[in-house]
Amino acid sequence: MSVDQHSHLKRLEAESIRIMREVAAEFSNPVMLYSIGKDSSVMLHLAMKAFYPSKPPFPVLHVDTTWKFREMIAFRDDIMQRLGLDMIVHVNQEGVAAGVTPFTHGSNYYTHVMKTEGLKQALDKYGFDAAFGGARRDEEKSRAKERIFSFRSANHTWDPKNQRPELWQLYNARVHKGESIRAFPLSNWTELDIWQYILAENIQIVPLYFAKRRPIVERGGMLIMVDDERMQLQPQEKVEERLVRFRTLGCYPLTGAVESSAATLPEIVREMLIARTSERQGRLIDHDESGSMEKKKKEGYF
Amino acid sequence: MNQVPVARESADFQRYIAEQERKSLLRFLTCGSVDDGKSTLIGRLLYETKMIFEDHFSALERDSRKHGTTGEEVDLALLLDGLEAEREQGITIDVAYRFFTTDKRKFIVADTPGHEQYTRNMATGASTSDLAVLLVDARHGIVTQTRRHAFIVSLLGIRHIVLAVNKIDLVDFDQARFAAIREAFQQLAADFGFASIVSIPLSARYGDNVAEVSPRTPWYHGPSLLDHLQRVDVGDDLARRPFRMCVQWVNRPDLNFRGFAGTVASGSLRPGDEIVVARSGTRSRVERIVTFDGDLDIAEAGTAVTLTLADEIDASRGDVFAKSDDRPEVIDQFAAHLVWMHEDPMLPGRPYLLKCGTRTVSAQVTEIRHKIDVNSFQHLAAKELRLNEVGEVHLGLSEAIAIEPYRQHRETGAFVLIDRFSNATVGAGMVTHGLRRATNVHWQAIDVTREARAQLKHQMAKVAWFTGLSGSGKSTIANIVEKKLHALGKHTFILDGDNVRHGLNRDLGFTDADRVENVRRVAEVARLMTDAGLIVLVSFISPFKAERQLARDLMAAGEFAEVFVDTPIETCEARDSKGLYAKARAGQIRNFTGIDSPYERPEAPEIHIRSNEEALEHAADRVVAWILGRDSADDWVI
Repeated sequence: MSVDQHSHLKRLEAESIRIMREVAAEFSNPVMLYSIGKDSSVMLHLAMKAFYPSKPPFPVLHVDTTWKFREMIAFRDDIMQRLGLDMIVHVNQEGVAAGVTPFTHGSNYYTHVMKTEGLKQALDKYGFDAAFGGARRDEEKSRAKERIFSFRSANHTWDPKNQRPELWQLYNARVHKGESIRAFPLSNWTELDIWQYILAENIQIVPLYFAKRRPIVERGGMLIMVDDERMQLQPQEKVEERLVRFRTLGCYPLTGAVESSAATLPEIVREMLIARTSERQGRLIDHDESGSMEKKKKEGYF
Repeated sequence: MNQVPVARESADFQRYIAEQERKSLLRFLTCGSVDDGKSTLIGRLLYETKMIFEDHFSALERDSRKHGTTGEEVDLALLLDGLEAEREQGITIDVAYRFFTTDKRKFIVADTPGHEQYTRNMATGASTSDLAVLLVDARHGIVTQTRRHAFIVSLLGIRHIVLAVNKIDLVDFDQARFAAIREAFQQLAADFGFASIVSIPLSARYGDNVAEVSPRTPWYHGPSLLDHLQRVDVGDDLARRPFRMCVQWVNRPDLNFRGFAGTVASGSLRPGDEIVVARSGTRSRVERIVTFDGDLDIAEAGTAVTLTLADEIDASRGDVFAKSDDRPEVIDQFAAHLVWMHEDPMLPGRPYLLKCGTRTVSAQVTEIRHKIDVNSFQHLAAKELRLNEVGEVHLGLSEAIAIEPYRQHRETGAFVLIDRFSNATVGAGMVTHGLRRATNVHWQAIDVTREARAQLKHQMAKVAWFTGLSGSGKSTIANIVEKKLHALGKHTFILDGDNVRHGLNRDLGFTDADRVENVRRVAEVARLMTDAGLIVLVSFISPFKAERQLARDLMAAGEFAEVFVDTPIETCEARDSKGLYAKARAGQIRNFTGIDSPYERPEAPEIHIRSNEEALEHAADRVVAWILGRDSADDWVI
């Protein structure tokens, strides 16, 4: 299935490609953050397009919390090998040594240590001056005001009051040593656009997005998949085989599944059209209060 | 790995997907003054197009009780005020982008603040929009800010306007009231050359005429807002304009492939077409239009492509490709509208970085023709542009680039200015026209060169630029240096801050704008003197990094040294040889460097003199050594 050259998807694609080329041309050491999710898959696909016939002129970085679904890791390794890309996997070893897990430390602290701190460590270690992220403006309120080139101070903080005006498609790529830019090529895509594009371009995604019978525990109103033996059950909890899929992917103990029988891309898109909850609903970390994403971003979260 | 097969599709679904892929995109912005109900209107559009998810809606109900202004009802405006601080203050202070979709179109909405000082954000939202929805409160009609909004959107080249006369419920759906507002706006907008103005009476809060035509305005026969937005033709005529493409990146995977990556800004291109590199005039033919999805037979406006050419030509990032029969002007001086976006005012003569297309060059405003009162549209004289001010200015560039009027070519006619030190984006500009004098005033070729003149004097022409606080000892050291050089038979001249202000710069005061011009003139004079073969000692407080950089940029590498006379302000004040500090402290002198005007310390001066720690004679010897090209002061002091 090919996309009409004048359609909104083609316009979004061209805009993303343009952003990626600007970053590659203007920065000395960019990196693409890869989270293995559907948005990352689209971003990677766009990067393959943007620099064709060259490979993307930057490495791919995965900040591994050690709690990703096993299927995600398998998918990651397979796709990197098939595309022939350089991948850096970074784990916050201090966090691991301190025994920080989503079960023992609560989702907020765990996410801060294993994701935010892990990301900062990796950016510092390799001295990246720009990092692509797959965030979209439609995901969450504080993201709606995010720039496409988002400036971060030398200690990776985001100051919402002090963002650079961004006009036309003239992106200001100038930073001092230690400062960096987070670049968001998918800013103007919506969740539906992402699915339609995956369908149109037949982009590979992690099978967890498709409905299948999976071992599920109900916890805190969410459907959590028991992905390995580290998940310990409470006395009243029991594992059931349920037909579910995931709308968003992250660390398995923090990612809720939805009951669904959508096992193909068209079925997923169809389900999207009647969906009544946003995809981040499935993530525990956003729930605490409505300003929580803004707080995390200020601290350096993507 | 096997993708789950795309299967079990019904014919309906196939049709739906095909429709989605034909869907067009409309980007628009909404503007209005505080309390006109912009955020409520967008919240209403999201609500009517079923874009609000249940979890968002329940967060909204929670927030409405906490921050809402609509009593018991859900406050739709809270959907848009994303940042905590804004929610607490109850005003939108940054541009928020929102998305909704209908069967026919996908929409990207820039919600821009109406608050007095946020012209900057409106210009930002307008720069990527094709249409503007201007809100007015039916009770208040056209207000000052409506004029401002109409002006800014026209400045940014928006040609399609919707005048949303909101809160029509609060004037009892009064037809005459609506007609009067519509009439007043049409008069106001007559000079702006909008291609379409559609006025709609509506109530964002209750939904009248937003998605559906309301029975409460039976006298209104136009479309609902959503209906109009779905159908309006914003006349994207980029395809019919001359071909332009800015080169973003040169693609060289191996020795056999060299492609120029960019997005076609306007026009179209086919393999075999002749293209020309605007800046150099070099020509070649398009061999292939390469994309990941296969080579294209035609590259149209908006398409991201990689071009291979028949010849190995010299082109790189920043170049503009055109067709040989319609090339952009390549100029280094032009007139533009400039919107200032930073707390530090724009000062003529100060060097900034200018980014246009994919090219970044050094630029300065050579003249403010006038600033424009955005409320009355009056032209006013100005020496600087402050935050949110708009002016018509002349700019000069460090080198000629392909640049064109914004009305004809957005991509080669829009630019941003970036501060060279803080890297902040400080201004946004739209080219109105090129200035002929740049192309007609050619440099006179001179046979006796500056090197020849300097050689005759057995010296190298150089500039030692002494900077430091008043009373730091700049002139004292410069004098010692000059005496030593004179004794060695060198031809020198001292340009002293105080002396120059009696003559050349006697029209200038001590405001920031005047200080910049003061330094610029002296830097140019110093440059002329080195052309004459002289060694020039400039003794100037020169408090701003940007102007010292300007002076440096005028000279070749190695010909300019920054001499930082670093004396603590306490010492300078204790000396106070001219009694100026006392006056400044007493408030008799204003804008005095170090007291109520900043001094920006040099970061890496060639010569750093800590006058409390080093004998002035020794310091002077170090300067002389640099001028004579010796490694150290000991080399020449025999």
